[in-house]
Amino acid sequence: MTQPAIHLRDIAKSFGETRVLEGIDLAVAPGEFIALVGPSGCGKSTLLRIAAGLEPPDSGRVILDGRDVTAMRAADRDMAMVFQSYALYPHLTARQNMALPLAMRRLDGFERLPFAGLLPAVRAKRSAIQQEVASAAEMLKISPLLDRKPAQMSGGQRQRVALGRALVRHPRAFLMDEPLSNLDAALRVHMRSEIVDLHRRAGVVTLYVTHDQEEALGMADRVAVMLGGRILQVAAPDTIYRDPAHVEVASFIGSPRINLLTASLAAGGRAQVGPHVLADRIAAPTGSHIRLGIRPEHLRLEAAAGPWRLPVRLDRIEFLGAEALVHCRAEGHGEPLIARMPPAAADTLRHHPQLHAWADDAALLVFDSQGARVPRTTAAMAPAYHDA
Amino acid sequence: MTPSPRDAAAAIETRAAWRLAGPTALLMLLLLVLPTLAVLALSFTDAELGAPDITFLGLDAYTDLLSDRTFKGALRNTALYVALVAPASVLLGLGLAMLIEAEVGGRAFFRSVYFLPVVSLIVAMASVWQYLMHPSFGPINLLLRMLGFAGVNWLGSSDNVLAALALIGIWQALGFNMVLFLAGLTAIDRTLYAAAEMDGVRSAWDRFRTVTWPMLGPTTLFVTTISVINAVKVFETVATLTQGGPAKASETLLWVIYQEGFVYLHIGTASAMAVVFIALLLFLLVIQTRVLDKQVHYG
Repeated sequence: MTQPAIHLRDIAKSFGETRVLEGIDLAVAPGEFIALVGPSGCGKSTLLRIAAGLEPPDSGRVILDGRDVTAMRAADRDMAMVFQSYALYPHLTARQNMALPLAMRRLDGFERLPFAGLLPAVRAKRSAIQQEVASAAEMLKISPLLDRKPAQMSGGQRQRVALGRALVRHPRAFLMDEPLSNLDAALRVHMRSEIVDLHRRAGVVTLYVTHDQEEALGMADRVAVMLGGRILQVAAPDTIYRDPAHVEVASFIGSPRINLLTASLAAGGRAQVGPHVLADRIAAPTGSHIRLGIRPEHLRLEAAAGPWRLPVRLDRIEFLGAEALVHCRAEGHGEPLIARMPPAAADTLRHHPQLHAWADDAALLVFDSQGARVPRTTAAMAPAYHDA
Repeated sequence: MTPSPRDAAAAIETRAAWRLAGPTALLMLLLLVLPTLAVLALSFTDAELGAPDITFLGLDAYTDLLSDRTFKGALRNTALYVALVAPASVLLGLGLAMLIEAEVGGRAFFRSVYFLPVVSLIVAMASVWQYLMHPSFGPINLLLRMLGFAGVNWLGSSDNVLAALALIGIWQALGFNMVLFLAGLTAIDRTLYAAAEMDGVRSAWDRFRTVTWPMLGPTTLFVTTISVINAVKVFETVATLTQGGPAKASETLLWVIYQEGFVYLHIGTASAMAVVFIALLLFLLVIQTRVLDKQVHYG
């Protein structure tokens, strides 16, 4: 990677006794869109505020374009932030809200006084600001709203003005803290593509904090999954989904949740749930406990018994239009399993209370007792196990 | 003709409304509206308590008032007092609130200290002030002399007495205004300050102008209104400390009304003064809300 636009190095932060961030490392390439995703309380917003300079880290460095800005205050870092609550100045019109960051940077205290507009030099600066506000408004399609105050606008319109306020001064980076969480569902989906489009056109590096995995997967170039103050994995959305590095990542990303089966490891790397062998060639110590992860769309259910299959009891079938979710439960195994399949396929299972679950070898994700991903050994094992 | 069911329902509702609002309306009528009307009626007469007959003076009662030097002096003194007390207590209250808000420790302590005058009895505290401001052995003058200044005859000189009373008035109003501003400050959304910082708002003054002052608008309007009303109503300190003196220099509106009505028993004159007093207050309120309300943003 070339020199990162934003480089967070070994960031740690505690609030009193609570450790919020523990040694975060994150390098964001120029122009990249990175989503920080995690459940609430995982420290993602704190990390964003540290990047912004609104919060000092206890240790670690914030580096922007190769320059250490850890000690620099937020106002001087030239980053723009979009807040969940929009944080527009309620007493100013949309136009004034958007002009404020430009006025603050380009005009001194005297030039911001109302009567200073009588001076030609100041008037020129001010009209330049107004033009930039107008063109940013054009881009966001909010020109007709410019003379309204925030109270006279809908949530979506306010969020656009907040985006405009960030966009108008061509900052070094966009920092977005759950910008869509206060919008209703339909508008949220719509604004997602608008923000992605905006990012593509502006080409500015973006750090986007969200608790919504759909937003993260759908918008970002790369997704950083945060849990308990750590980044567990940073990767492209499809990698995060198909190839999770940790069982926590696997279970946080994906809806419905990934099926997890606790298994013990017998000789030959064979994973056993009770007496049933489900996989082999797993590179973990014999006797240890592992977890097998199977995405709902990879869980196969059939009436017929056979080797490598786990007997399950059918709970119920949930039809969701284009697809169906089949809920079942392994005998002697508490956690319910969910299989995603076409409704027609689910329908054929309806009259079979006793089913058998299995998954393609390639679709099985194996995690060790610590939760880390375990590879399969490449060496072919004796086929004798298949009859176990 | 029988009433339609809808009309009947409306009638029932109207009766219920009157039954519910009735007691309060009656009390307001008895205690507020009728006395005010009585005062208004009396203000056009030369009524005196104990005098056998009443003459109707009409508007002459008011033109007499305009040429009354005592009343004009009281108007001028009250205006001066309000001009000193209201702005100072509002601005100092805001300043104190911001200092306390910024303070990490000792918040509760400072809040209580500055709020004490509000809960203390001003008539009792007046004697303390009398001692503090005593020209020869008062601690204020002792301190001034220690610092090399000449002592000031606070309450005994007609040049200083209004300023001295204003000082006490500010001391009294400060704590209340501070508490209101503190409440206003805590209600400000912290993310606005974060947004301002991201927008390049660097200095404390710009932060105040961009966020604090506009967001405090409703609080400031309320505090200013209350402060003006309270200052116009100044009475206790005048009655206990100066009796309007020396040489009428501290006669204020309420004091003069009290004197006319309760000491000289000139009910008619006192009523006319009271009407002017009420009109003045209402006028101030209307001006204030009209002018300020336009510039105030309500969250």
